[in-house]
This record gives sequence, C-alpha cells and structure tokens, in this order.
Amino acid sequence: MTAILEARGLTKTYKIRARGKGAPNTVEAVKGVDITVTAGEIVGFLGPNGAGKTTTLRMITTLLDPTGGTAMVAGHDLRTDAVGVRRSIGYVAQMGTTDPNALVGEELIDHARLYGIDPKVAAERGRRLLADLDLDGMWTRKCGSLSGGQRRRLDIAMGLVHEPRLVFLDEPSTGLDPQSRANLWHHIARLRDEYGTTVFITTHYMDEADALCDRILIIDHGEIVAEGTPEELKRRIGGDQVILTVAPADAERTAAAAATLVADSRPESDGGEVRLISADGGKALPSLLAGLAKAGIDVQGVSVRRPTLDDVFLTLTGRSLRDGD
Amino acid sequence: MTLFRDSWTVFSRAMRLSLREPIWVVFGLLQPILYLTLFGPLLKAIAATTPGFGGEAWKVFVPGLLVQLGMFGASFVGFGLISEWRSGVIERMRVTPASRAALLIGRVARDVLVLFVQGSILVAVALAMGLRAPWWALGVGIVTVALLGACFSSLSYAAALKLKSEDAFAPLLNGIILPLALLSGIFLPMTLAPRWLQHVSDANPLKHIIDGVRAMFRGELGSSTSLWGIGLTLLLVVVGLAAGTRVFQRESA
Repeated sequence: MTAILEARGLTKTYKIRARGKGAPNTVEAVKGVDITVTAGEIVGFLGPNGAGKTTTLRMITTLLDPTGGTAMVAGHDLRTDAVGVRRSIGYVAQMGTTDPNALVGEELIDHARLYGIDPKVAAERGRRLLADLDLDGMWTRKCGSLSGGQRRRLDIAMGLVHEPRLVFLDEPSTGLDPQSRANLWHHIARLRDEYGTTVFITTHYMDEADALCDRILIIDHGEIVAEGTPEELKRRIGGDQVILTVAPADAERTAAAAATLVADSRPESDGGEVRLISADGGKALPSLLAGLAKAGIDVQGVSVRRPTLDDVFLTLTGRSLRDGD
Repeated sequence: MTLFRDSWTVFSRAMRLSLREPIWVVFGLLQPILYLTLFGPLLKAIAATTPGFGGEAWKVFVPGLLVQLGMFGASFVGFGLISEWRSGVIERMRVTPASRAALLIGRVARDVLVLFVQGSILVAVALAMGLRAPWWALGVGIVTVALLGACFSSLSYAAALKLKSEDAFAPLLNGIILPLALLSGIFLPMTLAPRWLQHVSDANPLKHIIDGVRAMFRGELGSSTSLWGIGLTLLLVVVGLAAGTRVFQRESA
C-alpha cells in the first residue's frame, strides 16, 4: 500500500477586488486540503460546483501554484519538481483535449512527442489505446467529427498515451447521454484493472462516484467534509428508508406501531405514506409486516430505499449536490 | 535541446492545421494585394503632384504595406489561440513536460513562416506592377515583415491567453492596432503631416521601421534611418517574445 499522491494542507487564496470598506480582499477557494491516494485505487473527488474541486486538481497537476501546503505526486515534489510531476501524470481536463480540425492520430502522436516519445512508439500505443477504447478506425478522422462519447474516450486516450501511473479525470462524463456515461465508466474501470493505472476522478454525479470509485472524498466550501468507501459513507446516515403505503386513516396508527416494532426508526406519516429508518431494511421487513398484520393494519405497499450518496451529501452539508448547478 | 524539439513539435502541428484550412492564409494575403491593385494607382497620381512625398509611389507604398502585413497579419492570431484554449488544447499541452516557451515559440514560428510567404508574394506582385528597388532591400523588407510578425504574434497570443474571450480581445486589438497604424505612415509618409502629428508619430516605433524600409528601398543601406529601423525591429522581437513567454509561464494563464 504505497501512496501515489499525498497532499498536505493545500490551500489556494485568490486576491479579489474589494468592494466597500472592510470587505475582504482575498477569497479562500481551497482551505487546507489533505488527500492521500494509494496506488491502484479509483478515488472520487466529489462536491458541488464551486466547492474547490477543480482548483485542487489544477494545483496537484501543476497548472496552478498552491498558496500553501505540500504534495508528493507520483514520487515528485510538486513545489520543486513540477516537470517530474508532469512527466508521470495524465490529466484530462473538463473542457477536452483535442482541436476539432486535427486528425485523431496526429493529435495522439504530437501529444506523445511533447513527452519525448518516439513517433513510431506513439503511433503503436495510440492505435492500441483507440482499439481498447472502442475507437477503432478513428485514426484518420477529424476530432470534431466524433460523437460526444467518442471524443471523451479520445481525451482519455490522450491522457494515457505516455503511460502515466496516475491519471486525473475532471468531470469525465459531464454532458454525455446515459448510455455513453455507462460505457465510459466501463472503460475507466478497465484502466485500473488492465493497466494498473491509479485514477482520480472529480465529479458532481453521485451515481458516477457510487458506480466507479473505491473511495470517495467529499469537498465543500474548500474543505474535505467526509472520506470513505461509498458503503461507509452511506452507513453514516443511519441506514435504509422503509416506506409503507396504507389507507390514510391508518397512517397515524401505523407510525405508532412501527415505532415499537423497529428500534430508532423515527417513523413519519405523510398522507397514506409512512417512512421509517432501519439499519438494514431488508432484515427488518418480515417482522415489521408481521407485527403490523397482528395489529390489524392492512399494508397496501412497501418499498425499501437504499441511501444514495446524494443522501449522504445532503446530510453532511445540508444541501443537495444539484443545488450548486 | 528539448526547447528546440518541443518548439518543432508545436510548430509542425500548428503548420499542419493551418495548411488544412488555407482559407485564412489566402484571406490574409488578399488584403495587401487589394491595397496594391485598388489603392496603389490612386497613390501614384498623388505622389506625382505632391512635393515631400519622398519618391516614387511604389517605393513609399510597398514598405508601408509590408509593415502593415507584419502587424495586422500577426495581431489576429490570438483569436485562434482562444479557440484552442476553449477546446482544451492549451491546458493539455501545459501539463506535459514540454517547455512553456516552446508552446509559444512553435506557434509564433508558424506565423512567421506564413508571413514570410505572404510578404514574398506581395513583393512579387509589386514588382510585376512596376516597383523598382535594390534586390537586397526587397529581402530586408520581407525579413522585416517576418520579424514584426514574431513580435506581434507573440503579443497577440499573450493578450489572448490573458483575456480568454473573443469579446474582450477584439476591442483591445482595435484600440491598439488602429492608432498604431494611423500613426506610422503606412499609406502616406508622415512628412506630409502637420508638425504636431509628426511629433506624436515619432513616439511610434513602427513609423521608424517603415521609414527604415523606405530608406532601404531608395538604396540607402547604411543610413541612420535604415539602421534605426533594423534596430527597433530587433528590439520589438525581443520584447514581444519575452512578454509572451512570461504569460505562457504564469500559473493562471
């Protein structure tokens, strides 16, 4: 378990033009962020727009000088060896990587040449990457003629052509349709499984982080507010939600009965719906339903809702991720 | 020499992209040729009857057009850079170990080569229309276009990378290029201007560069006017490249 990325106390303060007397003339976009990523992990960096995700990422990838803090990236010190960092990482920015008028193959080769890679080797690797990313036959196509999903996979190929050990993907699936997103996830997961690449993804999609990441960091207002596996984070909010549908007249009685049947379930009734919390909804259900039947309550429907990372985020920050959009 | 290797990579990529869309190169060339054919004849009549014009119409006009080509042709390259930035190409190149200066130099070299070809064609057309000047002066004229191009294209890239928006870049260009052009005597020699206007234009290095090329077109290689022009051109190139490289190296650019 070796750390491939270790950032300590990264901060970024911007100077802004102060308006009015006593107004602060600096803004802290990132306030002392610690990040540790182990080789071989897929780590998700999650937060609403403006939380400091991209600023943090741009600092780690040498695009922005940190105001404070240190980082070792793939064995190189960010402050003293930026070129060493650049040589060992791949970075796929949110805005893309390729000129719409350039040919796919040419962009791959030229990009590799900037890493000092021989054009022949680059061509070989480029073609293999395209094949692996389901982009066969695109070598001589103009980048601008590719579909959104294809273009995004090409971006990933660009980020991998120099075979980095650590790759950063900034909002990789933004703007893609659901099918292309699922396809992209499949390819990102393969990066780690087949190439052994460590992947660091920023996203503001909970389902993406949930589907893809071994571990998640949640950032809000420039600070890490939570860290853990998706399961750990979900467990933090107390468990599953059980939703019972009953006749509106029975709702109050159902809530009262459920409170005694499932400990700490905090039932709430709303019209014909009664919602309660259970650490493990699936296990609680049989005894709950049996108990309600004994009490003479006719349950018309039941569903168990597993908590999503959206719920986690809401619990941690008091706002929904989508509020930031 | 990674600076050289990286510059070459950036240059060859940029050149390839320019050749794929040669329409812009052609438009850039068309402009001075339009001036030559549609404005030149007018000037010929004026030159013949105006004392103090400073010689034959073509010898006065072609140096002006050459400098104008170097200035205008190169100033608009920033628009291309903004669209490159928007498609993520600049960021992508900035996370490679390539030298920051190479990212600029490769692009500037492409612009210089394009201007060199455009300047040569301009001179060839002017010769066909009746320009007579020493061959070495024509050569210096073309090289001046290329060198001014290096200065203005790197300043243009620097400004574009700072602003990152066409809406901000276009008025900035207009605000700088138009007074610079009017105060340099591109179309008419500043010797025709009233005294105050001459003084204002003396502060414009481009005026002295045009005067230098004109002096050489008259055959005065060693005159102080010519040497001033050459010196100022070289100084502008150094200043332009230094400013451009600085912006490309900066963290937030």
